[in-house]
Amino acid sequence: MFPESTRLALTLIFACVLTACGESPSGNADNGDRAAPNPNPFPSTYQPLPSEDFLIRNATVLIGDGNRIEEGSVLVRDGKIAEVGANVEAPDGVEVIDAAGRWVTPGIIDVHSHLGVYASPAVAAHSDGNELTSPVTAEVWAEHSVNPQDPGFAAAMAGGVTAMQILPGSGNLIGGRSVTLKNVPARTTQGMKFPGAPYGLKMACGENPKRVYGTGKGQAPSTAMGNVAGYREAWIKAEEYNQDWQDYLDGDSDDRPNRDLELETLSGVLNGEILVHNHCYRADEMAVMLDIAKEFGYRVTSFHHAVEAYKVADLLAENGTCASMWADWWGFKMEAFDGVRENIALVDQAGACAIVHSDSAQGIQRLNQEAAKVIAAANRGGIPVSEESAWRWLSANPAKALGIADQTGTLEAGKNADLVIWDGNPFSVYTHAEEVFVDGALVYDRNDESRQPTADFMLGIIEVDGEIK
Amino acid sequence: MSRINMGAVAIFLLAGSLPGAAAGAETTAITGAKVYTMGPQGVIEDATIVIENGRISQVGANAQVPAGAEIIDAGGRPVTPGIFDANSYFGVAEVSLVEETVDLFQSGDRYTASFELSEAINPRSTLIPINRIEGVTRAMVAPDANFMPELYTTPITGLGTVIQLGSTSDYVVAKNAALFVKMGETGAALSGGSRGNNVLRLREAFNDARDYAANRNDYDQGERREYSVSKLDLEALVSVLNGRRPLVAEANRASDIEAAMRLAEEFGIRLIIIGGAEAWIVAEQLADARVPVILNPLQNLPTAFELIGSTLENAALLHSAGVEIAFSTGGSHNARNLKQAAGVAVANGLPHDAALAAMTLSPARIYGVDSNYGSLEAGKEADLVIWSGDPLEVTSFADAVYIRGKAVPMESRSTLLFKRYRDLGGDWPPAYIK
Repeated sequence: MFPESTRLALTLIFACVLTACGESPSGNADNGDRAAPNPNPFPSTYQPLPSEDFLIRNATVLIGDGNRIEEGSVLVRDGKIAEVGANVEAPDGVEVIDAAGRWVTPGIIDVHSHLGVYASPAVAAHSDGNELTSPVTAEVWAEHSVNPQDPGFAAAMAGGVTAMQILPGSGNLIGGRSVTLKNVPARTTQGMKFPGAPYGLKMACGENPKRVYGTGKGQAPSTAMGNVAGYREAWIKAEEYNQDWQDYLDGDSDDRPNRDLELETLSGVLNGEILVHNHCYRADEMAVMLDIAKEFGYRVTSFHHAVEAYKVADLLAENGTCASMWADWWGFKMEAFDGVRENIALVDQAGACAIVHSDSAQGIQRLNQEAAKVIAAANRGGIPVSEESAWRWLSANPAKALGIADQTGTLEAGKNADLVIWDGNPFSVYTHAEEVFVDGALVYDRNDESRQPTADFMLGIIEVDGEIK
Repeated sequence: MSRINMGAVAIFLLAGSLPGAAAGAETTAITGAKVYTMGPQGVIEDATIVIENGRISQVGANAQVPAGAEIIDAGGRPVTPGIFDANSYFGVAEVSLVEETVDLFQSGDRYTASFELSEAINPRSTLIPINRIEGVTRAMVAPDANFMPELYTTPITGLGTVIQLGSTSDYVVAKNAALFVKMGETGAALSGGSRGNNVLRLREAFNDARDYAANRNDYDQGERREYSVSKLDLEALVSVLNGRRPLVAEANRASDIEAAMRLAEEFGIRLIIIGGAEAWIVAEQLADARVPVILNPLQNLPTAFELIGSTLENAALLHSAGVEIAFSTGGSHNARNLKQAAGVAVANGLPHDAALAAMTLSPARIYGVDSNYGSLEAGKEADLVIWSGDPLEVTSFADAVYIRGKAVPMESRSTLLFKRYRDLGGDWPPAYIK
């Protein structure tokens, strides 16, 4: 998944973001006596919540990789999936959950959320998602804007979401670093950070940067070509910076380069450690962005929104680039005018990695229903899509796009027990996520109010009939 | 008459769009349907609906199919009235961020209560086919300051018109059927910054209208005091005071809803609440005063301080308290997803039949167009949908849609784009596929 041009000498600087060392608040990486900057100054402090082993039996199990087991079993031990099969025996002392009539799936992973960076209520003081002071702000990190007390996290949990990528907004050409979170309540954002998840970089094509800067501020970029010049200028600077550090760490130069937060992040992309998530609606613009990636030796991990992905689904497949899409949003701006209901299925059919995303505190609560609408539209349009196959759009493919597929996204032995028990077919509007587990811990139970987290903001916020709620 | 002219007439007749011709002159019988009548007959299994001259002539298990009728076998599939979006921008906004295509708001206060959209509506908008092939057949098209509130200087937004989505002529069903105003946070922002001003401005306007109505001659001769709004606006306000039109007040916080109810009571106005996020808190008062609520069943986050009490159970709580509810999610590009929102309301406690009513009969009643639409009963216009399955289910879709008795072509810009790009990799660019 990394560009072939990865420069080994420099991986030390950024390697930690892809490995388990993310948990240790280590100091500077060591390369002889030449030190690279600490790649992980805000380490995850996430600890799994208390859990007990359990065995789910008699459930319709969607593995998440495209397979399905009727009347299947899922055994969870020590927060991990221990065994999945048609009939797993319960080890001694392990609680058995009879899930007859219910469905079990991997937890939903949303690759495109602004929870926390635009926390509810959406007052000006909570507008922390777009650093609209310069078209390239690779130096900002979304995690420093995340308010872990956003009530939207709990609402997403009730919709079966167990992990999500929080992105900066799309007003800038390069908006900054994303962060991948586990959907668990925590006092700090570090307490939600998905251990070992790589960082992402938010880039944006099209109308938004032009509107914010050209129309809004009378400065570049004001055109699509201005956008492209802006990306390329940034990457040229990043290449130079990257080379300077490489020379220094290799001992070819004795001048320790001055640190530059913007270029540090961009270098992380060039070295394959930070994954590019590129807001881009139009087919022709996606093709240009893929060429820019080739010019500078990085990969676009996923296009986001990608309303016209169906027009270049073959190109996405060729480039191994995912498209993260809505089921049916269209028409709210010019670049979204050509939406079709079959978009996600057409991308999938072409062999590209298709993802259902939300970009919405509302939509994130019902991503399973969004997938259901696509299944129906696709089947009606002559593109056969099964339920088990469609679940890849909700967990396995997003996990891949976030670089956490080795830990979550499918119900396979050894992976984290991030899963949902649904009270029926999750592709029905009437179905609820009944129990949601993260690392084997029951973080949400629809039938038990004591297992329904609420944000501080919601506590004692309103009086109803003499009761403070 | 030349042969060419005769041909042109024949094409007009086939298309059913000859000016003056009654829509759907032919007779159609839909048989074997599970009919959700939304009327006194309730749900009828294996029923027949007979459509003559655009209207329903019979509904029931024993309906007689007239000789020569076109017979459509529903094969047990559900049939409901067409969906009615209780608040939309059909025909007055094409691409939301392309200002030239957006007519649903105005700037300044030259017009307030008299601002209307009936002449602004484009019945050839792409939004109409995209939504009607999924079962949306009627809509209230209302001005909306929320689109660009910074341009507004008045909380009195203007008049909304009910349309049907089946024809590019004759699409106005009820012109200027209701007056829309803003209260709550938006209303305050449009009234000088305080909810206090907001109520004052509305009260002042209605007081002026009341005075004007009693003294029209004096006003015309310049012998009346100056009013806060123009003559056109006064006339629109008078129509609300005399009960000819309802007042649709956007209010979400429980106290804002109560303020709207006090204002309505003060002037004897027929009130409809739109928004109503915290309406469940004052459900009993709303039921007692017979005030209907137009709500978005998906609204459950405290995205504003006036929305703190938002809950997915709002629709169910209001219904069980006896409040008439109708649905709108606000986004007309995807009004087709109203049925999903209704399904979510059912998943959160609303009875299935009440959810269907909130998209059909209830909005018709609220806007006073239920004599012709809203239920499948003899005499009403034949707006109906044959669904592939449960109409509220996300995996169901409309198999056939009739508006005023006429089957709509199941095609849209979106279906054509899909066909064009269905199979990539031909020798010629997709531009040649139409």
